[in-house]
Amino acid sequence: MSSTTLSPPLAEPGEATRPGPSKGRRRGRGKESATALVMFLPAAVLILTFLIIPIILTFILAFTNTRLISPEPGRFIGLENFSNLFTDDTFWASLRNTIIFTVVIVPVQSAIALGVALLVNTRTRGTTFFRTVYFLPVVTSIVVVSMLWMFMYQKDGLINTMLARIGIAGPDWLGDPNWSLFAIIVMSIWQAMGFHMIIWLSGLQTIPAELYEAASLDGATRWQQFVHVTWPGLRPTAIFILITITIAAFGLFSQVNIMTQGGPLGSTTTLVFMAVRSGFERQQTGYASAISLVFFVLVLIVTVIQMLLTREKSEKKGARS
Amino acid sequence: MTVTDLEAARRAEARPAVRRTPHRVRAGALLVFKTLLALVFGLPLVFMIVSSFKPDLQIFADLGSPAAFLPIGDLTLDNYLGVFDRVPFAQFLLNSIMISAVTVALGLVVNSMAAFAMSRMRMPGRKVALGVILATLIVPFEVMALPMLWWVNQLPYFDGSEFVQGWLDTYPVQIVPFIASAFSIFLFYQYFESIPRELDEAARVDGAGWFRIYVSIVMPLSGPAVATAAILTFLPAWNQYLWPLMVTQSESVRPVMVGIDYFKQLNVSWGQIMAYASIITVPVLALFIAFQRAFVSSIASSGVKG
Repeated sequence: MSSTTLSPPLAEPGEATRPGPSKGRRRGRGKESATALVMFLPAAVLILTFLIIPIILTFILAFTNTRLISPEPGRFIGLENFSNLFTDDTFWASLRNTIIFTVVIVPVQSAIALGVALLVNTRTRGTTFFRTVYFLPVVTSIVVVSMLWMFMYQKDGLINTMLARIGIAGPDWLGDPNWSLFAIIVMSIWQAMGFHMIIWLSGLQTIPAELYEAASLDGATRWQQFVHVTWPGLRPTAIFILITITIAAFGLFSQVNIMTQGGPLGSTTTLVFMAVRSGFERQQTGYASAISLVFFVLVLIVTVIQMLLTREKSEKKGARS
Repeated sequence: MTVTDLEAARRAEARPAVRRTPHRVRAGALLVFKTLLALVFGLPLVFMIVSSFKPDLQIFADLGSPAAFLPIGDLTLDNYLGVFDRVPFAQFLLNSIMISAVTVALGLVVNSMAAFAMSRMRMPGRKVALGVILATLIVPFEVMALPMLWWVNQLPYFDGSEFVQGWLDTYPVQIVPFIASAFSIFLFYQYFESIPRELDEAARVDGAGWFRIYVSIVMPLSGPAVATAAILTFLPAWNQYLWPLMVTQSESVRPVMVGIDYFKQLNVSWGQIMAYASIITVPVLALFIAFQRAFVSSIASSGVKG
């Protein structure tokens, strides 16, 4: 019933209402805008309440001593949270671990994913099978993956038992501060590689086959084809992948919370893990917001770099709107 | 000799055999390499599922041999029964199914409607709205998780008889914040732009209202966008961990991913953990394998827009 009342009855066919906005048509426009706003409203309210307000709150709460549950409202305390943060060893360890994780995982994971994508970018038999298998860990929850690898990483677990068979004495992966972050990095690459493989693949498919034909007619080797045809064609995909891995890597939390709880000796604590510790377990919402703000600034820096990189590209290409 | 045989023979003559062999060797080497990679990415999951049917003694006895990945030896369903024994697992499962199903269903309606209004209708502030929605795409959830925790604890909640303060430890707190998705709106918006506007006009001539056009014309034509949005909402809803970890306390609303954390802390056997992990993973993997094409294209579309 609402569908008929929402729009005005249309003019009789043949009636000359088309040229020039008649009164009825203008009223129709007003109604159309109203209907549009009504349809947009649920999403608008939700986005405002659960996306925009929390983002704004991050900026406000970071400068207060708000607690999660407290009879007294939070007070404005200026930069105190930040001065505490910058003198907190855990913060620097968290920042360092987050950055090490990111700096290692971005090139390694994207390179492996590109290699695998090139490997399965063929029409040979079994390709779908291989793509599917490589992608399985992406569909598996990081929580499940963490539990599984925790077992595999045990001192006498699957990985060390297999290493022992080829004569290598594996370390206590998660219990040794020298190895714990590395172990988490390896597991994270295993889990997320397939996601970026698919994105590389869709990038590869945008490169016209004629370019490869022309290149091979010119006698280009496979490596030359990659350098002169594939890689330039993948530039937009590469930028997208680098940005998404980087921002996702900053958010490292689940693996750490399940497998190591930030230990041993703070070797795997991260910004988000520290924020959850302060904001959830210790209920220091203000302090946690300050950590979130640092995280936000990191994300902004990456986004600005992305904008600069894509701008450079569109300038090179010339006037493409 | 048939024509194809002749042709094959001619081709074999034209190309010296020396050149053909390396080609085949190369393909073989690639196949071996692909298989090795498949083992790396597939075997841990096989290990998980196989171990879920073994008592711990058998799991550890098999570790050093290929038997670790094979369902042989002392097999049992005890681990699965144990999962239901130690925690209200059925409740956790029901909670997760409920939360993800409602998030997906409401998300499809809310986001497609918003996108429809922005794409097809004259809406004041349309450009601003689109800009704001796109801008929020860069903010990862982890950035605002802690302020959001405080915020939902301030919001009023209707508990059936009266309003109380705070949304914590409820179903809605695990659903409502994830219904509207900037990405889904953008996805629908782009898809709707590709549907010819002549269809709307024809329907309007026939007397259909905007809501009718949305329900009976645009949405039925948007199957791929609906599938993509559904998949990209379902996966994070099913797999989410950080948020329910913070906002749930009672077992009656706790989802499976947080439940496994508590389960493990009960000092249960590894076989039981593998059984728990398998139950919450294998159906999703099966779904993925069945709808492989839709899954892959939805993931790919999340990257193409970049």
